[in-house]
Amino acid sequence: MTAAPLTTAPTASAPGAPASIAVRSWKAPIAFAIFTVIAIVLFFVVGRPDVDGNPITSYRLSEGRDAIQLPPLELGLAETTIVVAILMAAATVGAFLLARAAIKVPLWLTTVFAVLFVVGFLTWAAAGATVPLVGLLAGALTVSTPLIFGSLGGVISERVGVVNIAIEGQLLGGAFMAAMLATLTGNPFVGLLGAMVAGALVSFVLAAFAIKYLVDQVIVGVVLNVLVLGLTSFLYSTVMVPNAETFNSPEKFERIALPLLSEIPVLGPILFRQTIIVYLMYLAIFLVWFGLFKTRWGLRLRSVGEHPTAADTVGINVRGTRFWNVLLAGAIVGGGGAFFTLAAVGSFGKDMTNGAGFIALAAVIFGRWDPIRATLAALLFGFATNLQSTLSIVGSPVPSEFMLMLPYVVTIVAVAGFVGLSRPPAASGKPYLKA
Amino acid sequence: MSTTTSPATPAAAPETPAAPRSNQIMREILGGSAAISVLAVVLALVAGGILIILTDERVAETSGYFFARPGDTLGAAWQAVSGAYTALFRGSVFNYETDRGFAIAIRPLLETLTFATPLIAAGLGVALAFRVGLFNIGGRGQMLIAAAAAGYVGAYIPMPPVLHLVVALVVGIIGGALWGGIVGLLKARTGAHEVIVTIMLNYIAFYLVSFLLRTPGALQAPGQNNPKSGPILESAQYPSLLGPQYNLDLGFILVIVATIYVWYLLNRSAMGFQFRAVGENPHAAQVAGINVKSVYVKVMLIAGALVGLAGVQQVLGTFTGGFAAGLDAGIGFDAITVALLGRSKPWGVFFAGILFGALKAGSFTMQSAEGIPVDIVLVVQSFIVLFIAAPPLVRAIFRLPTPDGSFQWRAPKLARKAEVSK
Repeated sequence: MTAAPLTTAPTASAPGAPASIAVRSWKAPIAFAIFTVIAIVLFFVVGRPDVDGNPITSYRLSEGRDAIQLPPLELGLAETTIVVAILMAAATVGAFLLARAAIKVPLWLTTVFAVLFVVGFLTWAAAGATVPLVGLLAGALTVSTPLIFGSLGGVISERVGVVNIAIEGQLLGGAFMAAMLATLTGNPFVGLLGAMVAGALVSFVLAAFAIKYLVDQVIVGVVLNVLVLGLTSFLYSTVMVPNAETFNSPEKFERIALPLLSEIPVLGPILFRQTIIVYLMYLAIFLVWFGLFKTRWGLRLRSVGEHPTAADTVGINVRGTRFWNVLLAGAIVGGGGAFFTLAAVGSFGKDMTNGAGFIALAAVIFGRWDPIRATLAALLFGFATNLQSTLSIVGSPVPSEFMLMLPYVVTIVAVAGFVGLSRPPAASGKPYLKA
Repeated sequence: MSTTTSPATPAAAPETPAAPRSNQIMREILGGSAAISVLAVVLALVAGGILIILTDERVAETSGYFFARPGDTLGAAWQAVSGAYTALFRGSVFNYETDRGFAIAIRPLLETLTFATPLIAAGLGVALAFRVGLFNIGGRGQMLIAAAAAGYVGAYIPMPPVLHLVVALVVGIIGGALWGGIVGLLKARTGAHEVIVTIMLNYIAFYLVSFLLRTPGALQAPGQNNPKSGPILESAQYPSLLGPQYNLDLGFILVIVATIYVWYLLNRSAMGFQFRAVGENPHAAQVAGINVKSVYVKVMLIAGALVGLAGVQQVLGTFTGGFAAGLDAGIGFDAITVALLGRSKPWGVFFAGILFGALKAGSFTMQSAEGIPVDIVLVVQSFIVLFIAAPPLVRAIFRLPTPDGSFQWRAPKLARKAEVSK
């Protein structure tokens, strides 16, 4: 039972293949066409019969306390949907032409297409109502923060060759430890540190079993999730519930508004009026990206994950590299877990991560094992989740369950190879045996 | 997971005399999977005991003056653990405290079998996929879809008594099989990894069933606002096996049949041979002329059907008054631990399911009698699997001899030493 790499191996029609091999991939244009059809059906066939006339969707761009006040952006339903549908159709035709010429559909076109779809969808779904755009995006960032930490840890761990299914457990362990230690010491920073230690501890078990005892990494990951859930729930019921004051009422991190930056219209309130954990996240994203691709540490790490035998031959300690980096990954994820108890909620609850670790895992795969892309994927998933709660307030015609389903459907589509090629690190999931 | 103790290699040098027969048997029993499984359970119970002691209030109180009167602390610790585990026994096997006769006293044992029923069914589904080398984490989704399908037929489509039950059962199993089949199809067609696909399908199924449960005309009970289905009609409910005073129902018989079927499938049928061949080495199987892709689809269909049986059990047997989206009750994930403890063998899964059923049944008594949260079962369960997954750890703890030959993690160390000494 060695875990096969999480891959879409047989379809070798890589868009990134050398240019000399002209391979036509029709996946992207087909995906474009499907979304265009969905949009046209929603906008013009389903429509908004419940709203009279040509309703206007208004996007609120400024909050009351902002220094620079922007007027709300108002989009008419009919005009917007027609323009969006035409542009989406044009992008689809363009994608088909590119595919016929065996040219990879560029990322910017996909991004523009996605933004068009979201704008059209929002205007349609919230017709006649006001969308608090800043609140929507700030909320999306809040939902995304633990996902981003989780996916950064997942990227490091998988890049070094250890499949990390235990992200959920690391987040939950971090959340628990953060609440516990922050309450006991009265200092949230100690809680954050404790969360990182808790995440690293979960990683330690994963690393010990996967690297020393060569146990299947997926099995250990799954079991660790159950173990952490069981332990935290048990301790929550026996220790925290009877003495909530002493164990489970941590002091939360304050929001810090960065001077000047936080006054930028729209972006400022979203990005720069956050807790220290979010600022640490910005730093972590940059450091992980820089470390992985620009430093010796990252080169070694990636070589161990891609071809451990070659790495070993040039004198890299494969098992040691894996061990320490899996621990580091756990510490990062654990720190993200602290966000639940020290920034978002303010106390620990049973199973409070509620599957966030699995969405983070999805982001790792959808982001193709790249820290920046994984971050974007996590933001997308966070946005979809938060959009659902915003839309349920404005009263949208789409059932909230289908919005919540979105990250998972997108991930299946991604691993099935419909959106570009997702190729994991070659040695991910394979224990290394020195021959 | 390569712990099957294979007989000594035939190529062994003739000058080394074979070990005495009795010695070999002893070694095989000690080093083999059965002993490791038992020891893993013991270790996990010890770990659970430690956790109970650490969180016990009286132990905490008495430990304040531990050095003055250590007896108090030790006594309190002993009381906490023995109280917990005797409650576990009373809740899962035989309630010796009741004075209402044998029929009541034995009820916990039958309760254990009732809890074990869906665990075994789902465990078989996970184990079968394991044997082909696929990791089916999608138990939750397959159960939910099967339950929704069976529940719809059972609650809203009236039919004559026996026919109704059969149709609901079959429709539910087909639902589970299709949900599992998607995984096999994606794996075969696109190479998508089944771990990711099953995890994602779990959530998709959850939200889909949640949506159906709150949509009038789909699964929601008419005239209600709760996201809950209507009650299952009498004609579609599993009949009770031993009378109304016990919860054990027809499902248990179905699960025994399923176990026999999986045993037959794996050990006596051509398809099972193909399954095992692909599980051992898909490349070799491909070369030998086995259609690996079709095996992936077939095994996931059957695995989904078996897990679906567990979902049907929940709806037609357990939550007959109407079900909600939480009907899987963690069984989909417990099934993984059941399959691992049962070493993916049909009868192993059967008994592992009964053990975990006992833990579940007993945990409720533990909670009511001793105030120990039911979550302790999750901890014990995951410890069991961790210990089982790493036999060298268990051997190291109990100082057992390492059976020769078949343990690859020894190989690298020995090889490295040999290299250095040369």
